[in-house]
Amino acid sequence: MKQGSSTALKMMSGAGFVFLYAPIIALIVYSFNDSKLVTVWGGWSLKWYVELFSNEQIMSAAWASLKIAFISATLASVLGTLAGFVLSRMRKFVGKAMLSGWVTAPLVMPEVITGLSLLLLFVFLENVFGWPAGRGLLTVVIAHTTFCLAYVAVVVQSRLASLDETLEEAAMDLGAKPASLFFLITLPLISPAIIAGWLLAFTLSLDDLVIASFVSGPGNSTLPMVIFSKVRLGVTPEVNALATLMIVAVSMAVIAAIVIMHRQSRYNDKNNH
Amino acid sequence: MSAFPNISTVQTQSVPSWRQQDAKPFVQIDQITKQFGQFTAVNSVSLDIYRNELFCLLGGSGSGKSTLLRMLAGFEEPTSGRILIDGVDMTGIPPWERPVNMMFQSYALFPHLSVEANVAFGLKREGVKSAEVKARVSDILDMVKLGHLAKRKPHMLSGGQRQRVALARSLVKRPKLLLLDEPLGALDKKLREETQFELMRLQEELGITFVVVTHDQEEAMTLATRIGVMNNGDIIQTAEPHEVYEYPKSRFVAEFIGNVNLFDGVVVEDERDSVSIQSPDLDAYLQVDHGISCAPNQEVSVAIRPEKIRISREPMDIEVNGATGVICDVAYMGSQSVFKVRLASGKYLRITQPNVSREMGSRLTWEDAVYLSWDADSCVVLVS
Repeated sequence: MKQGSSTALKMMSGAGFVFLYAPIIALIVYSFNDSKLVTVWGGWSLKWYVELFSNEQIMSAAWASLKIAFISATLASVLGTLAGFVLSRMRKFVGKAMLSGWVTAPLVMPEVITGLSLLLLFVFLENVFGWPAGRGLLTVVIAHTTFCLAYVAVVVQSRLASLDETLEEAAMDLGAKPASLFFLITLPLISPAIIAGWLLAFTLSLDDLVIASFVSGPGNSTLPMVIFSKVRLGVTPEVNALATLMIVAVSMAVIAAIVIMHRQSRYNDKNNH
Repeated sequence: MSAFPNISTVQTQSVPSWRQQDAKPFVQIDQITKQFGQFTAVNSVSLDIYRNELFCLLGGSGSGKSTLLRMLAGFEEPTSGRILIDGVDMTGIPPWERPVNMMFQSYALFPHLSVEANVAFGLKREGVKSAEVKARVSDILDMVKLGHLAKRKPHMLSGGQRQRVALARSLVKRPKLLLLDEPLGALDKKLREETQFELMRLQEELGITFVVVTHDQEEAMTLATRIGVMNNGDIIQTAEPHEVYEYPKSRFVAEFIGNVNLFDGVVVEDERDSVSIQSPDLDAYLQVDHGISCAPNQEVSVAIRPEKIRISREPMDIEVNGATGVICDVAYMGSQSVFKVRLASGKYLRITQPNVSREMGSRLTWEDAVYLSWDADSCVVLVS
């Protein structure tokens, strides 16, 4: 019986993985296709990668996306860490539950709504204050920071919750004032969570199509937007090559985040025993 | 010098300050109350601790002992009352400005710093010059015999080694007062005993006042110059270890520290130098020879420690302070044996006897009918 059920389990998980990853593998394989037609196999070739790097539109969109992802991930890490710190360390204050709900709401908010509401906000601000003037990289960065912040806050908050509070008391007892306590003890101890949060924010920003479509301006398309518009005109093997590169980049970031988190939890286990 | 090394000789050479009438207390706890919402953790406690004392706060969980310690460290602000350390009012002074260091039960070593950096942390916050930091850190690490592990991270140390790092870290700043929260709680028995003596040695060498919180009465008895027994947020008795054991002030203290046989009874005769008490559990009167203030017909409890009862198969004088019974349980514990004896009234008494002889043959055993007797000055009358 046991043998049977384990075989069934293997088959089921196998089917699941095929379902999830077969399209991606097909895409990667076809990115090396020599043929001009996406659906016809014409032998191995790297020519679409060469084409890709000489396509100025794609390259500039990729550069813009990387810039946006880097800046908004960094901003989200700083703000998210502060939010996570407040949520887990501050004594009960009026509105703490509400703040915690607000911070995490973007996790479950449909992107369309987030995008639309941010667009309306930007238009309103521009009309009233004249800032931000038009929509472009800045508005995308603000929008991405907003929703990435929530992810960082959640990751940091859970790390802080599992952090032994007596460590901070010990530091105070040894003469550390609140500022040095934060920078010498708390920050180093939660830094793996912040790094993981940064990587998560970076990939989320790099991936985002919906929100960026709402809040970016003409001439400031991000990479996902360019791909999407190209695909509407018909898929070219060039896009396959680009998608392959993105998958490699994103999975490397995700794997790095997992490794860092895992290492930290092993380290903590060792310390607790 | 006594032929037997006695740890407490140094402390008893002169009259200790807590026995002097006019001595100035080093730590004054004045009517401290701490409430968490509706719950009163510490209830109007007043306590004086003197310089160079090794004071133990002893109590079960929830007795308020840890809360009291945390208020000394400054992690909790008292709801009312105040604490003076060396004459300075600590109200409103944050932990990082108090002349106090604490050794945590979990040790709370910083996992991302080496042993050396852990110990140096407090000195660096004080702005001590780096050459001096280095010297003092290596001195204190040698003192706790960890000089060779200075570069290790805490997770690479054993429990006993971590404990000593935590101790070194809290001592290196030369605090006026060192607080220790269950300092030996996480160590195994053997290591614990060694560390107890180690702690006492360090305390004497450095001349720092220690306040130790523990739930372990043996630990308190061995370590302390004085013990404060806590229950439900109150200090019930503050006294030297032998006094707490031999002259408990209340039933709670008698039962909490060590084992005790308790008789409930009524005062029948109250004379100048002795009191007779009749207990429904005994045929003979209990006669107590030290003066206590009580009235005829007052209900009292009489406590007798198990090792103070003589037990024998041979007849003994049991006209007062004695009884007969049957052994219904024997526990051989190596150095001593514990007997459970059932009296005619059905009450069980616990009696311990040192195993002086190696012979098993003559020993008391199950179902033996025995005579029990004790001295008048072994009894403690408890009115609360």
